[in-house]
Amino acid sequence: MKIKSPKDFWSGLMFIGTGVFFVIWAVVHYNMGTAVRMGPAYFPVLLGGLLVVLGLVIFLGSFALEGPAVPRFNFRPLILISLACVLYGYLMKPLGLIAATAALVFVSAFAGHEFKWKEAIILFVILMLFSWLVFVRGLTLPFPLCPDFVANCPIR
Amino acid sequence: MELFANLWMGFGVAVSPINLLYAFIGCILGTLIGVLPGIGPVATIAMLLPITFNLNPLAALIMLAGIYYGAQYGGSTTAILVNIPGEASSVVTCLDGYQMARQGRAGPALAVAALGSFFAGCVATLVIAVAAPPLAEVALKFGPSEYFSLMVFGLIAATVLAHGSLITAVAMVAWGLLFGIVGTDVNSGVLRFTFDIPELSDGIGFVIVAMGMFGTTEIILNLEMKEKREIFTSKVKNLWPSKDDFKQSWPAVLRGTALGSALGILPGGGALLASFGAYSLEKKVSSHPERFGKGAIQGVAGPESANNAGAQTSFIPMLTLGIPSNAVMALMIGALMIQGIAPGPQVMSEKPQLFWGLIASMWVGNLMLVVLNLPLIGMWVKLLTVPYRYLYPSILVFMAIGVYSLSNNAFDVLIMAVFGILGYVCAKLECEPAPMILGFILGPLMEENLRRAMLLSRGDPFVFISPSKPISLAFLIASLILLVMVGLPAIRKKREEVFVEET
Repeated sequence: MKIKSPKDFWSGLMFIGTGVFFVIWAVVHYNMGTAVRMGPAYFPVLLGGLLVVLGLVIFLGSFALEGPAVPRFNFRPLILISLACVLYGYLMKPLGLIAATAALVFVSAFAGHEFKWKEAIILFVILMLFSWLVFVRGLTLPFPLCPDFVANCPIR
Repeated sequence: MELFANLWMGFGVAVSPINLLYAFIGCILGTLIGVLPGIGPVATIAMLLPITFNLNPLAALIMLAGIYYGAQYGGSTTAILVNIPGEASSVVTCLDGYQMARQGRAGPALAVAALGSFFAGCVATLVIAVAAPPLAEVALKFGPSEYFSLMVFGLIAATVLAHGSLITAVAMVAWGLLFGIVGTDVNSGVLRFTFDIPELSDGIGFVIVAMGMFGTTEIILNLEMKEKREIFTSKVKNLWPSKDDFKQSWPAVLRGTALGSALGILPGGGALLASFGAYSLEKKVSSHPERFGKGAIQGVAGPESANNAGAQTSFIPMLTLGIPSNAVMALMIGALMIQGIAPGPQVMSEKPQLFWGLIASMWVGNLMLVVLNLPLIGMWVKLLTVPYRYLYPSILVFMAIGVYSLSNNAFDVLIMAVFGILGYVCAKLECEPAPMILGFILGPLMEENLRRAMLLSRGDPFVFISPSKPISLAFLIASLILLVMVGLPAIRKKREEVFVEET
């Protein structure tokens, strides 16, 4: 058997995997109920089953029909952009808005084609001021500005 | 005339200073993100949703609606001047608009696009005002089985009209439906698929998923490509189209408006489909099809009118049935729910000011957009010279703030990143995210209506196709016809042509 359509091969596998997981998890953990009084597992099992069937059709079709190859993954922007968002979220509480914004701007700027410290710093300052004025002062979102351990934050 | 009385009342509400201000903000933002490639209305509206919590419902809707149709105006500017679609729905405008710009006729192309959009916007506003009330009347009689079948129809139609493989699109819908039911089951109180993570007990936030799959994914994909822009800024001198241009473009504007209005109402329709359809139509009816792709003004006038008309009429199913026809409308429903308004046919009778005010604001907004886009075109063109490496960190900051502020929780930002990665994988595998988003928002609604329908029928699955429920039966037959039609080889080829030919 030769895979003729790699895109369908992988997307089929992805759908089968998700479908199987949802069905098994639902059957094991939740009550099925009956058609009249559906339990919490009923709808997920129905949908998961549908997804498995569709995934199988796509998967098997990938051996029969010619299709395009999967384009190469570009891991640098993928990882750095995702990391930048996650850092922002998890740094906000312990370190405050300033540090979180800095982490996001510098890590994401690093994902681009060219990285210049000067540009990134200017961008950070502008975005920091904007976030502070619009979101903290203007919309009064309760973000901490400084890290936890700084007792008297100079800006509010 | 009740219609005019209602519209009059709507205008009364829409022109209050505060609502005018929000319409203006929406139109400016819409034009801005329309002009800038790499950020679309879905991500923008998702970003602004948390902020609308502080506004009154009408002001929120007016602003968000302005972003959607404003983006249709802005998108054409980038398409014509840079040959990059500022918005997905202006992909076809690149073909002839850019050629016109190269021939030194960027001005007329921009003017025809804006004026055509304005005309289409006016007509579409009227179409909504005329078509929505009777539809809502019918929808008030819907029971759970009718709603379930309607959602099936909507989802099927959305997959048929999405591009790429049909079966993949259906699988994406099922995927979305499954993700949609994560959280507390309303009937039994059981926590489903939450894996003991307390943040998941309320389900995965729709806004977060939309921002991940349409926002971060888009940025990652854009960063893969090298920046290359060639802008015809110096040539935008003479804006006014010649007499000949007018003569050639007005029939195209009329056809585009009619087609766009019709396609916008369909589930899965909206601006994107409308512009593709209109371009094919113009090419077909033209006596000089060979001129298309070489700077035919009809190739700009038709699709640009159509995408604006489609953007506006896609509000009809959302306002009357409470069913979103595309990802933007799904977010609008989210906006209504944030305000504590249950979307559905009762909105029109219970909140007439909201309903008619929104419709009237669309006309006002269109007027603002013509002013924003024609005399001020130079300002938007300048924006295009801002390199993407300044833009994307800024977009990311706004997305991260927006998601974090939903519940001051880092976990939400993590989920956004996860869906960003998922969206990237889907893009590589040519799985469309739009059907998934629709499934995601409809998941809990569908389950609820399925349960109720089955309870009422005592577990008889044939209730959906019984003659005592003609509306439900009709929806299911229509879905079946759609599926069969797309399955037929001849039509499948046609469908592929419509989407492939132009890109």
